[in-house]
Amino acid sequence: MPSQSPVERVFREEAGRLTASLVRLIGDFDLAEELVADALVEALEHWPRDGVPDRPGAWLLTAARRKGLDRLRREAKYRELLQRVAAIPEVPRREVDDRLRLIFTCCHPALEREAQVALTLRAVVGLTTTEIARAFLVPEATMAKRITRAKRKIVAAGIPYRIPAGAELGDRLGEVLTVLYLVFNEGHLATSGEDATRQDLVQDVEWLAGLLVRLLPGEPEPLGLLALIRLHLARWPARLDEHGQLVLLADQDRALWDRRAITDAVRLLGRATALQRPGPYQVQAAIAAVHCEATTWEQTDWRRVVGLYSVLAALDPSPVVLLNRAIALGQVDGPAIALTEVDRLSGLLDGYHLFHATRAVLLRDLSRDGEAADADRRAVTLTSNAAEQQLLSQRLVE
Amino acid sequence: MQYMVLLSRSEWEDKAPEDERNRIFGEIQQWWGRLAAEGKIVAGHQLQHPDTATTVVLRGGQSTIVDGPFMEAKEVVGGYGILDVADLDEAIAIVRTFPSPSGFAEIRPVVVR
Repeated sequence: MPSQSPVERVFREEAGRLTASLVRLIGDFDLAEELVADALVEALEHWPRDGVPDRPGAWLLTAARRKGLDRLRREAKYRELLQRVAAIPEVPRREVDDRLRLIFTCCHPALEREAQVALTLRAVVGLTTTEIARAFLVPEATMAKRITRAKRKIVAAGIPYRIPAGAELGDRLGEVLTVLYLVFNEGHLATSGEDATRQDLVQDVEWLAGLLVRLLPGEPEPLGLLALIRLHLARWPARLDEHGQLVLLADQDRALWDRRAITDAVRLLGRATALQRPGPYQVQAAIAAVHCEATTWEQTDWRRVVGLYSVLAALDPSPVVLLNRAIALGQVDGPAIALTEVDRLSGLLDGYHLFHATRAVLLRDLSRDGEAADADRRAVTLTSNAAEQQLLSQRLVE
Repeated sequence: MQYMVLLSRSEWEDKAPEDERNRIFGEIQQWWGRLAAEGKIVAGHQLQHPDTATTVVLRGGQSTIVDGPFMEAKEVVGGYGILDVADLDEAIAIVRTFPSPSGFAEIRPVVVR
């Protein structure tokens, strides 16, 4: 992981926290973001010279408050906002962390999924609109419009700025985790483009999942998701070869895996399971852990993997989960049985490149090379990720 | 905040047997009455069948009369209510308990001037 300077670390922690407080206090997303930007600029002028203050959050809030008053006094039409900015306490309450409210607001089910993702990265993580647009390969203007529309809807539709309680928390936390998982997947394996991976995006989501764990320590699923992300990051150095091409799990150099990170992530998963409320992210992390703890591909405890996929399928009966279960089953009961399972999913997964890539592998194991090549060709036409295309085409040549 | 809840007219209103229909309408009436008493519903009506609708088309000072509703949608409006609640979450929580076996309910904030 790239090392960050103390100022950068403080910025990352405090910028989101400050945005969250200001949104709560003044109820205006755009103004809150502008004031945070102003306060950070001021910090950049002072901190490198004078050092980071003892309570950077309080320092930034004070700066934002002053900037806000300056800005609004110049424009008479903002009288109401001016009152709210003036009411910002000079010394913030230390114990409250408004970021949890902000996360739930950004991931509110009344916002479409893409807007939830964009807004969370913008407001909570502090990425710029340009960075988010680049990460999702969307024109900047489109992304800006998406974010603006979402912010406007939050205010106009009265989407509250609160942490859901009771029975509601489970559903709403599910929304948040889905958003994080989408960002993780986008970073882990970009859906298109030249770079196979976007490590920075994965690191952002790792930070966000860690934040969620700190803010909701009694919830097992954020722990599960954090463990899952960290288990993937631990294997990161082995994922690409020297030409930037994807290396399959079976072929990865396991000496490159970060053993310490794996041990830590497994311990994290232990904390989640101790809470005795299983969920799909915990099970996915458990599967990743089985892979991480195996010394070789062949030594993998495949029976346990199949069992865990069965548990996952019971929680989340999606065809992709069943496809993965079939792949693991192939390692236990052989390719013929796995192929039967896979072919059962053809109606649901015909448009999914990994369905055809999986069939290709199994057909080749069964020495049905002609059919295998056909399946590989189908897979190539279906993926837009250049590194994956390369891997699949390479297999066609062999 | 005030929200208008636009309720769709559902299939059961035309197709369910009469005693079933009466039972559901009874539940809706009770639900509505309770929320009105609590001050959460401040206005609203059930609307008659869309066959009874008349549409006036306004075009540059000219107007024409058309028989039927103006929305050419599969779903038609069956009624509406005005909610007076704290925020969208409260509106959603209330609408979720609307005792109709099926249908849609669109929640839209009203413009305050």
